[in-house]
Amino acid sequence: MTNVRSYTFRHFSVYRGTAEYDGELVSYTVPVASGMVVLDALHWIQANVAPDLAVRWNCKAAKCGSCSAEVNGRPSLTCKTRLSDLPADQPIRVEPMRTFPLIKDLVTDVSWNYEVNRSIVPFSPSPDAPEEAWRWRQEDIERVQEYRKCIECFLCQDICHVLRNHETKTPFMGPRFLVRVAGLELHPMDRADRTKYLKNDGGIGYCNITKCCTEVCPEHIKITDNAIIPLKERVADTYYDPVQVLWRLVTRRPPAGGNGA
Amino acid sequence: MSDGEAFETYPHDVLVIGAGGAGLRAAIEAASAGVSVGLVCKSLLGKAHTVMAEGGVAAALANVAEADSWQIHFRDTMVGGKMLNNWRMAQLHAQEAPERVRELERWGAVFDRTRDGRILQRPFGGHTNPRLAHVGDRTGLEMIRTLQDRAVAAGISVYMECTMTRLLTDDGRVTGAFGYWRITGKPVVFPAKAVILATGGIGRAYQITSNSWEYSGDGHALAYGAGAELIDMEFVQFHPTGMVWPPGVRGLLVTEAVRGEGGILRNRDGDRFMWSYLPDDRRQEYAATDEEASRWVEAQSAGKTSDARRPPELSTRDNVSRAIYTEVREGRGSEHGGVFLDISYLPPDHVRRKLPSMYEQFKELADVDITTGPMEIGPTTHYMMGGVRVDAETEASTLPGLFAAGEVAGGMHGANRLGGNSLSDLLVFGQRAGAAAVAFAAENAKVREPDAARVKEATDELAAPFEEAAGEDPYRIHADLQATMQSLVGIFRTREDLEEAIDRLAGLRARWQRVRVSGSPAYNPGWNLTFELRSMLICSEAVARSALQRTESRGAHARVDFPEADADWARCNSTVTLDGEVMRVSAEPLPEMPAELRGLVEH
Repeated sequence: MTNVRSYTFRHFSVYRGTAEYDGELVSYTVPVASGMVVLDALHWIQANVAPDLAVRWNCKAAKCGSCSAEVNGRPSLTCKTRLSDLPADQPIRVEPMRTFPLIKDLVTDVSWNYEVNRSIVPFSPSPDAPEEAWRWRQEDIERVQEYRKCIECFLCQDICHVLRNHETKTPFMGPRFLVRVAGLELHPMDRADRTKYLKNDGGIGYCNITKCCTEVCPEHIKITDNAIIPLKERVADTYYDPVQVLWRLVTRRPPAGGNGA
Repeated sequence: MSDGEAFETYPHDVLVIGAGGAGLRAAIEAASAGVSVGLVCKSLLGKAHTVMAEGGVAAALANVAEADSWQIHFRDTMVGGKMLNNWRMAQLHAQEAPERVRELERWGAVFDRTRDGRILQRPFGGHTNPRLAHVGDRTGLEMIRTLQDRAVAAGISVYMECTMTRLLTDDGRVTGAFGYWRITGKPVVFPAKAVILATGGIGRAYQITSNSWEYSGDGHALAYGAGAELIDMEFVQFHPTGMVWPPGVRGLLVTEAVRGEGGILRNRDGDRFMWSYLPDDRRQEYAATDEEASRWVEAQSAGKTSDARRPPELSTRDNVSRAIYTEVREGRGSEHGGVFLDISYLPPDHVRRKLPSMYEQFKELADVDITTGPMEIGPTTHYMMGGVRVDAETEASTLPGLFAAGEVAGGMHGANRLGGNSLSDLLVFGQRAGAAAVAFAAENAKVREPDAARVKEATDELAAPFEEAAGEDPYRIHADLQATMQSLVGIFRTREDLEEAIDRLAGLRARWQRVRVSGSPAYNPGWNLTFELRSMLICSEAVARSALQRTESRGAHARVDFPEADADWARCNSTVTLDGEVMRVSAEPLPEMPAELRGLVEH
């Protein structure tokens, strides 16, 4: 048994700074071994050069979505970004997610996401559904399971130009929470209707389907095609379908749905 | 505070420390009684270790094997734990797990389905029947997200990125907890009528581990420091299948579901070595030939039952880990010091559907396509069977007002935990701890004021590492601790190694007294590590001393110098308590199992 470890060195430019002080990119040279990922390099820097370098991480297996950052400008999980996949002729640039307020170094304040999450009407099954209703075919729940693969890394929120460039005055919930709502709306047992919420509080209309979110999703959820577009269609059916609008005028009924609470 | 120094205070009826499955389930239960609940976690909500659980949650739903029952689940659990389990916990667990799983479904979890539309269950090591409800190989994510959404909807106050460094006690009772915000480094106090520990395990004390940084044994150390008793600390589970290559991913978990779906273990010579490691008294539960094992896999893949017995790879984790370790030590290992785990003989689509995250993990981190070739794997530190001694019904520790649930609690799993029994454990005992903490709080009308002197002491302790002039970096001490535990308190143990480990741990503790950090307390991982390091040092000493005391081999505890199980030790739990400044280790008789349950395990 042999443990072959051929070390080379890679240069890193890592953002160091806090909310109070403007930060800068600081250079570090890190010995790298085969198969190393960006998070390994950050841990090496912590243990050997800069013990106070702030980094969030947990599972180091792309399952928890904690270690999100921008690597060479691309929103990435640092635990699954291999050094060997990055250009060798330039320093590897590691910066915090730009959409969220900076706390320190690579750590940002993502608490806004938790507030949006709280505003969504939770899973609401009918309390008197018979036992047989809880039997579902695997084919019928696979789409819902796709939405539920989300690990809340917030990379989709980070890349979304609406959020990144603060393009709206009124709120836009962002791709992550459209995915969550899609998972609730398409759950076979859920009885709430979140259409009005999506249109008003959620600002679903702001999404113009550039699909950047889908491209950065480490779980390969087809966010735009499978979550956002079906929800947009629901909203359009409710609010913009001429037959429904006419019917509402005649009957003086408000659009169906409410906030579903 | 008396000297005017500022610290924030958040009083609650029930304080839960840790927001993995056990903590969330406890908080949900407590909140459902209408009391005020605080939930503190070291990371962001939803990132706790439960999220990494892959294979499934064990519950005798009998959806796949109609003959399954709580009695068989109980028997499997006791046999897997080498009869050292607290029998009452194992019984409650087996009886209540099905209801806890069905309840998760009612809360929005979407498990994989059987052909007739019910929750699908897969086989796992040591389980007689297919028993693990699952979602591909990301069951933990499904559970934590379901519980998280439920907790948020219940209006529970969640305090994220907050580390607890002390339990506050008064008059022999827990009155709250003290800690600091990781973002600012500022102290914070949570006065409470009852405190539930749900802090998980201790795996970061080892070099090769599947555990995240959070697993530093904080809850074990907090309980011990406040005077509660720990039990069975020698029983550390080494999961047989962690990644071994490349170096950066060494230790990362490879789910047991790979073997549950038919994965075969081979050494460098291509031998299916598990045939030679089945314990004689259990051999009749396993297939006798390759042919019988293949028939079992075929039936399993097609969702059918057959009369074939399960493959030898589905032996219990302690046994498979020792087998792999032995193969490697005797020169039959792979290039990087592991063995091979092969599922590539099954259709690629089937493998990708059943094991999607393993497929991704190997493809993206190791350039290995598990549908075309074998994985290289080896044992990794995974789970702590030992923990806070609790009452089976209420999860009350020996210290009034303090409860413990999930991995931080001891007793449920005995000498070895079966895969899948951890996710069910945290649901069953999280729920029970939540209810019992509410009852305790109701009998204690008022949240007590924190003792100002103790808070001052705890605050000073936070500042000390910045003031140390000539001390040592915490990362160095941590690396030396991990090396010590890995080499001297690992899968196989001897008296000489354990004594040397205890000596070295004393040296590490002395070095820790002079630990020095730089920078500011705001989001400072080096400073944060110093307090986690203290917890790890306490837990490591408890593991080493308990392992030295137990002069036999049982479950996950294998003594080279005492290779057999011993009839006297079979009747004893190890206990660990703080006596003044000294760690006291002793042995206590197991609770007596009633005759009708004894009948279940002896057949």
